[in-house]
Amino acid sequence: MEPLVAIMVGALTAGAVYLMLARNVLRFLFGLILISNAANLLIFASGRLTPESPPLVPYGADVPPPGVANALPQALVLTAIVIGFGLFAFALVLVYRGYQNLGTLDSDEMRIAEPKE
Amino acid sequence: MSADIALVLPIVIPFVAAILAYLFRRNAEGRWISVVGSAIHLVVGLLLLMAVLQEGPVAAQMGGWPAPFGITLVADTLSAVMVVITGITALAVAIYALAEIDRPIAELGYHALFQVLIAGVTGAFLTGDLFNLYVWFEVMLISSFGLLVMGGTRAQLDAGIKYVALNLISTILFLSAIGLLYGATGTLNLADLRGAVALADPALMTMIAGLFLVGFGIKAGVFPLFFWLPAAYHTPSFAVSAVFAGLLTKVGVYALMRMFTLVFVHDVGFTHTVMLWVAVATMVVGVLGAAAQTDMRRILSFHIVSQIGYMVLGLALLTPFALLGAVFYLVHHIIVKANLFLVSGVADRIAGGTEIDRIGGLYAGAPVLAFLFLIPAFSLAGFPPLSGFWAKYVLVKASMDLSMWVVAFAALAVGLMTIYSMTKIWGRAFWKPHPGGIEPTLTSLHPAQRGAMIGPIAGLAVLTVVIGLFPEPFVAVAERAANELLDPTAYVTAVLGAPS
Repeated sequence: MEPLVAIMVGALTAGAVYLMLARNVLRFLFGLILISNAANLLIFASGRLTPESPPLVPYGADVPPPGVANALPQALVLTAIVIGFGLFAFALVLVYRGYQNLGTLDSDEMRIAEPKE
Repeated sequence: MSADIALVLPIVIPFVAAILAYLFRRNAEGRWISVVGSAIHLVVGLLLLMAVLQEGPVAAQMGGWPAPFGITLVADTLSAVMVVITGITALAVAIYALAEIDRPIAELGYHALFQVLIAGVTGAFLTGDLFNLYVWFEVMLISSFGLLVMGGTRAQLDAGIKYVALNLISTILFLSAIGLLYGATGTLNLADLRGAVALADPALMTMIAGLFLVGFGIKAGVFPLFFWLPAAYHTPSFAVSAVFAGLLTKVGVYALMRMFTLVFVHDVGFTHTVMLWVAVATMVVGVLGAAAQTDMRRILSFHIVSQIGYMVLGLALLTPFALLGAVFYLVHHIIVKANLFLVSGVADRIAGGTEIDRIGGLYAGAPVLAFLFLIPAFSLAGFPPLSGFWAKYVLVKASMDLSMWVVAFAALAVGLMTIYSMTKIWGRAFWKPHPGGIEPTLTSLHPAQRGAMIGPIAGLAVLTVVIGLFPEPFVAVAERAANELLDPTAYVTAVLGAPS
């Protein structure tokens, strides 16, 4: 299971880097979505993958049975997804406002703050 | 006061102030909430520092979950000092903002966002858990995004896109590094990680350390990862750029200091040598960048980069004396740099800009402001007897002690170049007559506005002079912080309890 996730993380990262190297800011943002999901999967896999054994405590017991999935990385991933979602929403609105006011999505043409001499 | 309360209050108070400031954002007096909140934050920060100086590192387990399972808040001398200095900067900038931030921006929730930023910075200094550090970084980041683009001018949007993009990349690297570190060691508690990393595969740990170095390096603005900084810091309001310049990159430096003294000390020969040359390159490139600029705030932004190099240099040398220098430099730099940005704000108000070729006459028209500029400017360049002299002296001496002549020479040469930039601002913005023929005077400001703008500048300048004239107590605290960094036994014991 882990090798499969590892390959997926690699593929997502490769695609993300390809998109993020583009001058178009919107493509950069799409790359950002991919790479943040790659990071989330990475954390998820770091807790080791144990399919079909959810981290649940059986009725009447105090501790879960041995061999259940590690719940901590799942909690971390949930936090990271929520934060990532918020940041991405902000970035999307920012780029949209930037497109309205600057009239371009090409990062090379964004020279208002740093004008050429 | 128990340790739990002392550790939680500096984080809770800015959040309470933020909520109140947001509720009263349409009220003209609502802006005072930010000032009062920052003042209380400074007081509780001082109480925390006193507790730490008396008892050594203090820790509190949130929610009653014992470390390393729960989230730990912990303060050693460095953390407590950083919280105090955050309080000082926040108070100065909050007072300045009374005069600078006008109603439309305040009604958008400027003061609330500012307090959230302070809460994020304080949380990052106090947490003892790696994932929690990530969360505080995000709190800080999202509020800084908001503050940066508030006002929505074209330059701000342009700068905002670059700032947001590069900081998000840093966040992803940091997050990936956390995931890999957890996968390899099974813990995220910083004190617990120290033992776990020592037992883990060194090659793997060096790889993860590299990810942290790049992630925090972007936040700190080291060469070659600093490009977002001079692209953005000159565009928002002056109050915002002062607090950014003072605090934000320094959180990155703090995180580097924490991780590379407490956790990643398994292969110092590799990681800290990389850092050493990064530090030297940062110093040199930053100061050369500044030499090419003609806008006050852009010159000062490049100087932030250059000064970050000095702090990272102290960390990379990893001797008690060098770390002392790094801690001292950190404190000195925050005060001086925030102050210089505030001065540039007054210059903008009374002379009509920060582009030094288009303004002038500040010395003739506003000698008080000129004097208040000279103090932090000379301090930044390292003139005795100001705070910057001691900071630079310690770092240069520390590198000479290790016979690193190239490094010492670079540090001295960069100091000289800093003087060049400061004299450039002095000569063109202050000495030369105003090209537009107007005479900029402080009396052109409304009296209340004048007080709110000059007050914090004068206060920070006095602090610089006091640190410069009476450095002993400050050096003693910095020495204590450095010793705790190099031998974190007390820190680990405070978090995990005495080893059985």
